[in-house]
Amino acid sequence: MCLSIPVRIISIEGNMAEVSAGGTIFRAGMQMVEDARPGDYVLLHAGFAIQKISAEEAEETLRLLREINDADEVH
Amino acid sequence: MMLMKYIDEYRDRDLIMKLAGRITASARHDYIFMEVCGGHTAAIHRFGIPALLPENIRLISGPGCPVCVTGTDFIDKTVAYSEMDDVIIATFGDLIRVPGSSSSLEKQKASGADIRIVFSALDALGIARTEKEKKVIFPGIGFETTAPGTAVTIRQALHERIENFFVLSAHKVMPPAMEAIVKEGTSINGFICPGHVAAVTGSSIFRFLPEKYGLGCVVTGFEPTDLLQAILMLIEQVNGKDPKVEIQYRRAVTAGGNPLAQKNIREVFVPSDAYWRGFGTIPASGLTPGRNYDRFDAEISMPVKVQYHEENEICICSEILRGLKNPCDCPLFADICSPENPVGACMVSGEGACSTWYRYKRER
Repeated sequence: MCLSIPVRIISIEGNMAEVSAGGTIFRAGMQMVEDARPGDYVLLHAGFAIQKISAEEAEETLRLLREINDADEVH
Repeated sequence: MMLMKYIDEYRDRDLIMKLAGRITASARHDYIFMEVCGGHTAAIHRFGIPALLPENIRLISGPGCPVCVTGTDFIDKTVAYSEMDDVIIATFGDLIRVPGSSSSLEKQKASGADIRIVFSALDALGIARTEKEKKVIFPGIGFETTAPGTAVTIRQALHERIENFFVLSAHKVMPPAMEAIVKEGTSINGFICPGHVAAVTGSSIFRFLPEKYGLGCVVTGFEPTDLLQAILMLIEQVNGKDPKVEIQYRRAVTAGGNPLAQKNIREVFVPSDAYWRGFGTIPASGLTPGRNYDRFDAEISMPVKVQYHEENEICICSEILRGLKNPCDCPLFADICSPENPVGACMVSGEGACSTWYRYKRER
């Protein structure tokens, strides 16, 4: 119940969106994430989108991790 | 298998092993970190994180499983409501197997009560919309992640003038329970802070922990590299004697969080004293519908009285929730108490420490 999953918005109609978690389709209340568009990823929690996922920040975290990885390869 | 964006890339084996190596090299002292969120407890064991850590790092579970900290009296109230002829209980699935003092929603359903499992509070409102002659009660459990959804739903009910929808609120907020743990003197060197709570509230709600108690906080995601990176960040905070609030889970969390979600909580709910299993009553740690919305509060519109009975005296759920004991310290664990026949709430929820240990650590 208390788990959130990253899902991709397929379509939005009014306050509700159809979202996909790796192909499984759910409905999500969009009342708390107003600026999201189809194709964006949001966190789905108990039937509501609770936050947008930032593609830039996601990439930045991975870049940082890969940096650690590369630095350790050199040693 | 379809690639799961924002999941699979954080499960990269090479990155995981490199991070584990970094952690081992950096861990110069003994460290105890508490993961507050039950979702973290489940992820940590599911991904086998403890086996990747050196022996001088211990992770302990905290009070962040909403089903686990919900009191027996709350379950008893839902049972009492379910016995009324004109009531439908529309609940999250996790709650139905939690034992009350004499029954559970699952047992009530088996004996004919109208209990329906919903995925969202909006689904419960949908039932109220179609079953106009019935009263639909939604047991609201969960932290800052779930509470805004309930708030949106209550506002929708008001907007549509739906008069047969009620919420029995056990919604709670996280910081007061974390402070209770620190004040009790549970030995910890830092918090793995709940990433999804912080996605709503912002990481700033944890600032009092370094400022007042000198404890580091890293707001963390739920994939293996997230967890390991956060542990490394906490170790570096301890080594550098520089406790602060850092965000590891930057793809979902900012310092300010989601203002619209916070606005919905503030609009509908007021802070209230709340009972937490293991802690007792913690001041201003609960959320109750405020004055403009109290007609949707089941406790106000249709109050019930329940006889409160203490839980099983041998069950140590309450100590596990405070980080004082592990599930394997309990004489009932994996013996009388199992997910098929749970004695305490920590064995019921998929995010409960006992249920997680039963699944992943029983053989050890």
